[in-house]
Amino acid sequence: MTDTMSHPSTPNANAVNGTAALLETRKLSVDFGGLHALDGLDFEVREGEIVSVIGPNGAGKTTLFNAITATIELSSGDILFEGASMMGLDPNKVTARGIARTFQNVRLFANMTVLENVMVSQHCRTRQHAFGALFYTPAFRREEAEIRERAEKILSFFGNRLVGYRFDQPAFTLSYANRRRLEIARAMATEPKLILLDEPVAGMNPVESAELTKLVGRLRDEWGFAIVVIEHHMDVVREVSDRVVVLDHGTKIAEGEYEEVSNDPQVIEAYLGHGNEPS
Amino acid sequence: MIRTAAPRRGAPRTGVDWFLAFLRVAALTVIAVGLMAFIWQEIDADNPFARVVNPDATGLSGAQFRGLIVSGVAQGCMYGLIALGYSMVYGVLGFINFAHGEVFMVGAMTGMITSNKLADAGWWESNFIGSLLLIVIISMIVCTLTAVIMERVAYRPLRGSPRLIPLITSIGVSFFIQNAALVLLGPTAKVYPDVPDWVKDKHTFLQIEGARILVVVVSLVSMAVLWYLVEHTKGGKAMRAVAEDAEIAALMGINVNRTIVRVFAVGGAMAGLAGILWGILFRSVTHLTGFLPGIKAFSAAVVGGIGHLGGSMAGGISIGVAESVGPLLILEPLGVSGVSQLRDAVAFAMLIGVLLIRPSGIFGERLPAEDRT
Amino acid sequence: MTDSNSPEVAASEPGPDLTPGGTPDTPGTPGVADLAEAGETDETLLSPPRPVFAQNWKRILSMGAVGVGAQIFLALSNMPLRLDDRLLIKPILSLGYVSLLFVPFIAGNRVGHQIQREGIPMHAAGLHEIFGGVICGVIAGGGVSLLSVLLVNFDLREPLVNWSPMLAELLAFGNSTAFAVFIWLLLGGLAGAAGGAMRLVNPKARRVVVTMVLTVGFISVLESLVMDLAEGLRFEWLTERVYARRGGLNWNWALILAAFSGLVAMLTRGRVRQAREHIASLEGASRARTNFGLIILTGAILVILPLFLGKFTNELLANVGLFVLLALGLNVVVGLAGILDLGYVAFFAVGSYSAAVLTAATSPRINPEMPWLVALIFVVVITGLVGLFIGAPVIRMRGDYLAIVTLGFGEIIRLLFLSDWLADTFGGSQGITMIPGAGIFGLGSVSGTEPRNVFYLVLAFCALAIYISWRLERSRLGRAWMAVREDETVAEAMGINTVNVKLMAFVVGAILGSFSGAIFSAKVGSVFPNSFLILVSIVILVVVIFGGMGSIPGVIAGSAVLIGVLGGPRQPGLLSEFSEYKLLIYGALLIWMMLARPEGLIPSVRRSRELHQQEIAQDSWLREQLDEEAESTAGNDQPARATA
Repeated sequence: MTDTMSHPSTPNANAVNGTAALLETRKLSVDFGGLHALDGLDFEVREGEIVSVIGPNGAGKTTLFNAITATIELSSGDILFEGASMMGLDPNKVTARGIARTFQNVRLFANMTVLENVMVSQHCRTRQHAFGALFYTPAFRREEAEIRERAEKILSFFGNRLVGYRFDQPAFTLSYANRRRLEIARAMATEPKLILLDEPVAGMNPVESAELTKLVGRLRDEWGFAIVVIEHHMDVVREVSDRVVVLDHGTKIAEGEYEEVSNDPQVIEAYLGHGNEPS
Repeated sequence: MIRTAAPRRGAPRTGVDWFLAFLRVAALTVIAVGLMAFIWQEIDADNPFARVVNPDATGLSGAQFRGLIVSGVAQGCMYGLIALGYSMVYGVLGFINFAHGEVFMVGAMTGMITSNKLADAGWWESNFIGSLLLIVIISMIVCTLTAVIMERVAYRPLRGSPRLIPLITSIGVSFFIQNAALVLLGPTAKVYPDVPDWVKDKHTFLQIEGARILVVVVSLVSMAVLWYLVEHTKGGKAMRAVAEDAEIAALMGINVNRTIVRVFAVGGAMAGLAGILWGILFRSVTHLTGFLPGIKAFSAAVVGGIGHLGGSMAGGISIGVAESVGPLLILEPLGVSGVSQLRDAVAFAMLIGVLLIRPSGIFGERLPAEDRT
Repeated sequence: MTDSNSPEVAASEPGPDLTPGGTPDTPGTPGVADLAEAGETDETLLSPPRPVFAQNWKRILSMGAVGVGAQIFLALSNMPLRLDDRLLIKPILSLGYVSLLFVPFIAGNRVGHQIQREGIPMHAAGLHEIFGGVICGVIAGGGVSLLSVLLVNFDLREPLVNWSPMLAELLAFGNSTAFAVFIWLLLGGLAGAAGGAMRLVNPKARRVVVTMVLTVGFISVLESLVMDLAEGLRFEWLTERVYARRGGLNWNWALILAAFSGLVAMLTRGRVRQAREHIASLEGASRARTNFGLIILTGAILVILPLFLGKFTNELLANVGLFVLLALGLNVVVGLAGILDLGYVAFFAVGSYSAAVLTAATSPRINPEMPWLVALIFVVVITGLVGLFIGAPVIRMRGDYLAIVTLGFGEIIRLLFLSDWLADTFGGSQGITMIPGAGIFGLGSVSGTEPRNVFYLVLAFCALAIYISWRLERSRLGRAWMAVREDETVAEAMGINTVNVKLMAFVVGAILGSFSGAIFSAKVGSVFPNSFLILVSIVILVVVIFGGMGSIPGVIAGSAVLIGVLGGPRQPGLLSEFSEYKLLIYGALLIWMMLARPEGLIPSVRRSRELHQQEIAQDSWLREQLDEEAESTAGNDQPARATA
């Protein structure tokens, strides 16, 4: 609780859910050579909250994701998830704790089918190993059926886009928007508590992007995930976020509701540049 | 930005980490104990400590030790010359040209054929230096052609395919060249003609054979020339640009294909030179000559830091010295018998050790942008 | 055979038969979604044949030059002389001459090759192709002419061991040099013409011709196998007539066989393919049932057939089986998990040596003389541990470094077995000899003197290995392997412990390798370090790649073709004359496979997807378009076009 005190600008956004912080970074720093990609960042996400992280290019947004998912080394600071430190965990252990992510440049398992992509992502939630597979035990069969069922259920969340004959199509045949959707499906399959979406609507047309925006909301409402979104499209940010965090040069320069942040002179200077209100 | 291959720093986390930590400690312990025993033995052979591990250890005299070092350095220089080809190709195309060792074999074979023809004509005896130059030039030309044809036929069509495919192809090329030499030239070992006394005999200076001095001098000189070419000429700059990022280099008006061919040509020429030096030093070649030195040269490139010219030479010399001195220095005091059989094993163990402890090699690697992630 | 009318025929009827090859510029063709279809787009647009003399001379010259090089290389590699004894068709044709003549044939065929571009009409084949083929063939044949002149006038025996008067005599068919020059130009021209002519026969006729040639070729080349079969199945009366006494087909029988196979090909035209496609198109339960039936059938044949075979063929089958087993193991590592292990022989060696030490009474230091089956348990455990030991340090390395390091490990293990240091355990260069056979539950001992029993043992283990890789591929572990092969970083981010998963692949591969090691030592009765050269690793790799990485039937077919016909590193194959050249051929095959058909002989679905992403993506894009046209209600999902 003392932590909330240290944040200057977390007014009523926190009131959305009064619960404790799900993810919390403390004085997080990441250096690349001499460059401070993240510089003493304090950041938190509460349960059931949708937080947007915005900022100009090179502000350290993706670095933040990489640091949380342990794909890069921290220079200093600590990351707490559900109150426990995640220092020293391998990326797969972080996923097992309940944090899933998508990638800025979509990175599917291109030659695996749509269904397989989702099935394989349940790896850390399932147990059956070589023994069960070799002897085709009832437990193995049950688990395989469950994995498949879950995968189909998750895919059907996206309407009829990824179902039917698409189940068995290799992922590289999907359209760009569908690849983005499949990436989200894959993240959902790891049964996370928190999903990190890295520019989910990048490269989509307005219709698709509006649809995906709705989807992000449904992800929280229907599945109960907390979500962090990196996004450049301000209309998407306004639509989805409970709270917006603005990064610049690896530090947090503003935080709060969308309107509040978008009127912050510091933000306008750092991010919006010419002082134009984003549409 | 995202790390994959390199082991993570920091405390071991998984069983594998613990095992690797154990391996590192064990390797260092073996080396340390072996060295200690060796040093004890050298200081005072009668000291009981010296013979704790291996009561039969004989130790080395100063002259023997020097001899081993020198032969290791000479051998290492040749590895270094071959390693240049591996290193440059890996730096530019990001794949191991497994067949590069066979280019070296082709060089040694060409030298054998031409020098024998020259010896038949009587030139070899009458004008040794001149003939040597001649066979070096011929061999470099043949090897350059071999390397360039190899690139054109086998590797160019595969550019941009999944990364293990060119490697597998190069294994095929290696097999093909090796066995082509076998069916054309026969399985027996072929010898170079006799060399003049000043090459064969030990020099008064340091008691080193002339051939070894020749090898070291020639390698260092050609290394220096190559370094100048790569760092200071336009073609060399193009090579470095392509190594950095082929796509951008192409946009900047560099002919990527020609540059890649040039890389293969230079690597081939160096391998040809190394082939002649091998012939002068060991005087005997077979179709298998290229295989092991090729792999060791690749190890040298990795040890020195791939994509790094000076690193190749340094890596070559360290592998050469390690495999010549290592068995006697470390293994014998530990009570391993028949250590000279384990030369190759020591070279491979060194490769594994370097990749475990410092995967980017002594000087750090320079890789195409896409391979750095 | 070569009726020049057919191209016009093909041109005038642009596709009444429903070859599913509609080009993308004819929208709405129902066949576009047929993904399995590849290449057979015969009925494309045709423009009139090119004029005879409007040749691409540069291409002819370069193809010819390659032909000259290849001919001279083949001649000097002694292949014609060595293979000359192997008569194919009794008085006329020996394998030696075939080995030279196929070069101008192929050159003549390739020179007429047109690059197929969508929407741009192809020229119909005509005299142009034949003429080009003739020129190209003459140039290539000229290589041999040149060589025969050189052979007589110069002596290059010094470096080139096969530079001999015998070769000159062979090339001249026993006549003068002038005759040799003339005849090779003529033969080259003829072969080139034949090659070019192959372009103008229409595909159906070509299929018949190819079937005829292949049938005669196979029956003559595989003579020893057919004879052995004949002995077991009691039809020697037939083979005695078909084959000449000193080998080779009698020419009249060659004609009969050709005619017969041509007839069969004409009658069954396309049926085999249809059946295959039918099976491939089955789905769900009926597919599973068909597959199961096919497997049972194959199994039954494999069990019953050896009873009728002689020692020679059973030995061959046992060797093939041994390599199938090894290749299946490597396939788990390379094909499923995508780890290029060049030191796979290490596991084979450890398996053999540990089985030898545990079972042989003559083993120098440790000799518990266990029964084979008991020892096998220990062998599996030991090799699994060695797999862990080798795997742990290399598993995090970049793919190509890993390849070289595993190669290093393979070599280190052999050197250790060879060294004096461990000689009092493993016998050093003397190896371990007098290893007893494998006793199986009192069914008697399986050893090298009884190749049929060895084959059954190998067969049992192959079945086990197939089962293991089949089950694992379709499990959680197998999916994790796929993911790791696709993208390791993402796999890690999706919660897969990549290190453990890859280690598991290494260990499974090691264990499968140890099976073949244990059988090998029981079969041969002795182990020496020299049986475990790096060469063995490479040969297994060639087998896996030739067959098709990640595909179990492919791996089996690969071993059968390569090991069975050409032979293993030390094991003779059916074409024992080729033993000198088999490694050369392996090398060439590896290069050719990678360039022309990287997915292998019988590709796995996944692998061919990976290598043909663009074509498949196009097909699926078209399908999507069609779908959208059909149901124009689902409005807002416009696929982004430029992302393939």
